Amino acid sequence: MKNVVRNRFEIVSEAGQLTRGEPDTSKALAIEGLTVAYGEKAAVFSLDADFAAGRMSAIVGPNGAGKSTLLKAALAIVPALSGTVRFFGLSIDQARGRVAYVPQRASVDWDFPARVVDVVMMGLYRTLGWFRFAGANERSRAMTCLQRVGMEDFAERQIGQLSGGQQQRVFLARALAQDADLYLLDEPLAGVDAATERTVMEVLKGLKSEGRAVVCVHHDLATVPAYFDDVLLINVRRIAAGPVGVVFTEANLQKAYGGRLAGTVAAPLPVGGH
Amino acid sequence: MGQEFVQLSLTPMLIGILAAVACALPGNFLLLRRQALIGDAISHVVLPGIVVAFLFTGTVSAWPMMIGASLAAIFAVVLIEAIKRVGRVDAGAAMGVVFTAMFADGVLLLELSDTSSVHLDVEHALYGNLESLIWLAADGWGSLADWTALSEMPPQVGRLALVLALVSGFLFAFWKELTISTFDEGFALSLGIRARLIGFLLVVTTAVAAVAAFDAVGSIIVIAMFICPPASARLMTNGLGHQVAWSTLFAGASAILGYVLAGYAPLWLGAENSVSAAGMIATVSGFILGFACVLGPKRKRIGAAREV
Amino acid sequence: MENFLSALFLQSGYNSALVAIGAALLGIAAGGAGTFIFLRKRALVSDAAAHATLPGICLAFMTMVALGGDGRSLAGLMAGSAISAAAALVLVDWIVRETRLPEDAAIGAVLSVFFGFGIVLMTVVQNMTAGRQAGLESFLLGSTAGMLFNEAVTIAIAGAAAGAVLFLLYRPMTLVAFDPEFAATTGIPVRATDLATMGLVLVVTVIGLKVVGLVLIVAMLIIPAVAARFWTERVDRVVLIASLMGGVSGYLGAALSAAHPQVPTGAVIVLVAFSLFVVSLLLAPARGVVASVFRHLRFQRRVHLRQGLLALARDEPIFDRLTLKVLRGEGYIRGDGVATLQGRATEANALRDEARWEVAREMHLEGSLSGRFDGLNAIEDVFTPDEIRELDRQLGGRIAVVS
Repeated sequence: MKNVVRNRFEIVSEAGQLTRGEPDTSKALAIEGLTVAYGEKAAVFSLDADFAAGRMSAIVGPNGAGKSTLLKAALAIVPALSGTVRFFGLSIDQARGRVAYVPQRASVDWDFPARVVDVVMMGLYRTLGWFRFAGANERSRAMTCLQRVGMEDFAERQIGQLSGGQQQRVFLARALAQDADLYLLDEPLAGVDAATERTVMEVLKGLKSEGRAVVCVHHDLATVPAYFDDVLLINVRRIAAGPVGVVFTEANLQKAYGGRLAGTVAAPLPVGGH
Repeated sequence: MGQEFVQLSLTPMLIGILAAVACALPGNFLLLRRQALIGDAISHVVLPGIVVAFLFTGTVSAWPMMIGASLAAIFAVVLIEAIKRVGRVDAGAAMGVVFTAMFADGVLLLELSDTSSVHLDVEHALYGNLESLIWLAADGWGSLADWTALSEMPPQVGRLALVLALVSGFLFAFWKELTISTFDEGFALSLGIRARLIGFLLVVTTAVAAVAAFDAVGSIIVIAMFICPPASARLMTNGLGHQVAWSTLFAGASAILGYVLAGYAPLWLGAENSVSAAGMIATVSGFILGFACVLGPKRKRIGAAREV
Repeated sequence: MENFLSALFLQSGYNSALVAIGAALLGIAAGGAGTFIFLRKRALVSDAAAHATLPGICLAFMTMVALGGDGRSLAGLMAGSAISAAAALVLVDWIVRETRLPEDAAIGAVLSVFFGFGIVLMTVVQNMTAGRQAGLESFLLGSTAGMLFNEAVTIAIAGAAAGAVLFLLYRPMTLVAFDPEFAATTGIPVRATDLATMGLVLVVTVIGLKVVGLVLIVAMLIIPAVAARFWTERVDRVVLIASLMGGVSGYLGAALSAAHPQVPTGAVIVLVAFSLFVVSLLLAPARGVVASVFRHLRFQRRVHLRQGLLALARDEPIFDRLTLKVLRGEGYIRGDGVATLQGRATEANALRDEARWEVAREMHLEGSLSGRFDGLNAIEDVFTPDEIRELDRQLGGRIAVVS
């Protein structure tokens, strides 16, 4: 129950080392046969998905479809029942330094005694060793990240005093501080103001142009074609995945959302091409 | 403030201060992690721990009792965690089940075992006897430099000093990990921080502090030291480092004032005997908290609380 | 053994019978009241209330002595304990509302400070009555030896009053415990009901002081409730089972204690309750551990069987050990991993069913999130033959499902 069970694509040698046939380092994130269950309900069932570097990918699906669970299971934050996950061909433990995770804002107690700059410096954790505390060097790096998200004036502010959009930017700055090759964000645009949305998307596009991989659980179907290159539609299972122009069709959305689609999108969607 | 002070008041006060601070330090993180009541649970389970140790060794000497109490604390924590996971029970209820049952167990063992040779006093275990930890071998401030006299000091001083050093060391070594995993556990795990291990170590540290302190102030009062000084500090400041500093100050002040009031206030009021020092220390820490609740500059809630 | 049996049937003497009945009534009331605070996830508030009785007891004693009385009247002491416990609960509430401190910190702070102050007062009392046994320490762990008749009556009356409140307010308390927001919409005053629940807990605590002492009354409030939870998902049944378990623990514990006089009553009662808890945790069919582990293993098996059959049908290699074991166990593959005849038939079925499930999930999207359409149940168990025919008809229009 606790360990991720390796499945059909792993070859277990006598020494117990796991070796792949051909490790595919071109894929920033490769998921195969992932099943995550809470009790006897599958939150994610037998899911296959690939995410490439230099692309912006969206994960969309109705509420309860397992999107957050997918990210958490990939990062081994929650245990999976079966499946394999590879980051640039490596396991999560080998690749941790190259992956940055931005959880949902609601998962955190914002009344915590910390300033904005303290939170951003948390992203630099892996660069500090034992008994080293964040110093002037780390502070200036944190300030650079805050500048990229437009929050440098808030560095000394208590995090509880921030608005939703400001909190999201701080989270993003923290992720930037990690200088990762793959960014996994859980609903980064939910409940933020328009200015924050613009800033966040600018930063993410900047990351993409640097050749990094960006994967977002996204809540707003209307903006998927504008913001993302690839999309994964899931509803416990994989419904469809691929470039937005090909996959983000009414038929597939119907499969994923069904009768609830009418309420989620205002205008009819373009079928094929965007 | 000469010989009599050093003989009768110095060591109890010192022990009180060391115990209070050793508990207040980890209490800061317990408070932020909504685990404040784990101190309550641990304090109740030291009783069966020391009873079992006594039954095993037949003596009431310190080390077996401390080991027994530590093992009981760790056993309780593991059991609580098991019941929470396996039984899908919330933390408070799981704690309530385990520590009350273990406490009842301790009472039962105590009454059933043959304590005729040695007196194991439940009330003592509950509220200690700080006033009795005096240093008769001293004859003034000069004794602090006199090795013979120092060797006759109540052993609780050395023990608590050691535990305080351990607790401080733990906090210092794992400050970053504790901070990040308390603030955002998912993010901490994604960084590769062993958040659950850190949490467990924090609880073990708490248990060690509780066990060392209970010898001086009894188990129930220890809860006050885990919670009141850090809670008061929380209402004074928005910075974690400052909070820990304030909690140390408040803990020390509670110990000193509490001891003084317990010893001298009855005399000032015309009575003859002193009252329980441990109880008074807890009461003073409560007053400090009361003032902080009413006057503390950062007492009001600002952010939205985490959704459970 | 003989002693125990005679105690069980109230033949062991007047005091024992009194204690047994009193303990049973206390257990019933505590089990019932405790369920409500447990369901509201506020179980340890009772710990604060219990420890906060100490200063009240001492102050009541000192007041009664100052007024010329004996100081040991149970009714007076109980009144004092109730007042300080109530003050503690009010304080906890105030701290949570007015400051940034979370509830558990408020509970712990109030608990320890009131108790500490109570200890101070107790030493004052000890100094006051030096030479005379005030006996207030007996409230720490309870003392049922030499219980006076009027004390037993006081307990019985208070117990009956608690029972009456429980009976009258049963419906609103149950609804608030189950879903406070919904209860509010039906017009139930949630805050008042919560106050009534706390009041009930207070009464039970105060009664319990004499029988099991303040440290262990918390056990009687929490343990039966948690134990009962394993047996059922229905709130009203939890209350009933908890009350029953509490009563049984009280009665059996008292009887055991009467049979073996050196055994302290309170501790035994709590340990009987804890034994019932352990049994419930392990063996209860609804939420017990054994049943859960069994269900999980069964589920895991189904998942691997499903994934295995689909892999066979699509001619994909299987390396997962558990999947291979399950398939071999069902006779679908041979030792070398090649499918048997039976296996071939089943895998074809599995593939067909998987396609059917896909259609079904599109047609019934609400159902798909209920978890029953995940392909791990037999399709015949969920749909009627007519519905399955309809699914096949829909399938017919698509590319045939052959690997």
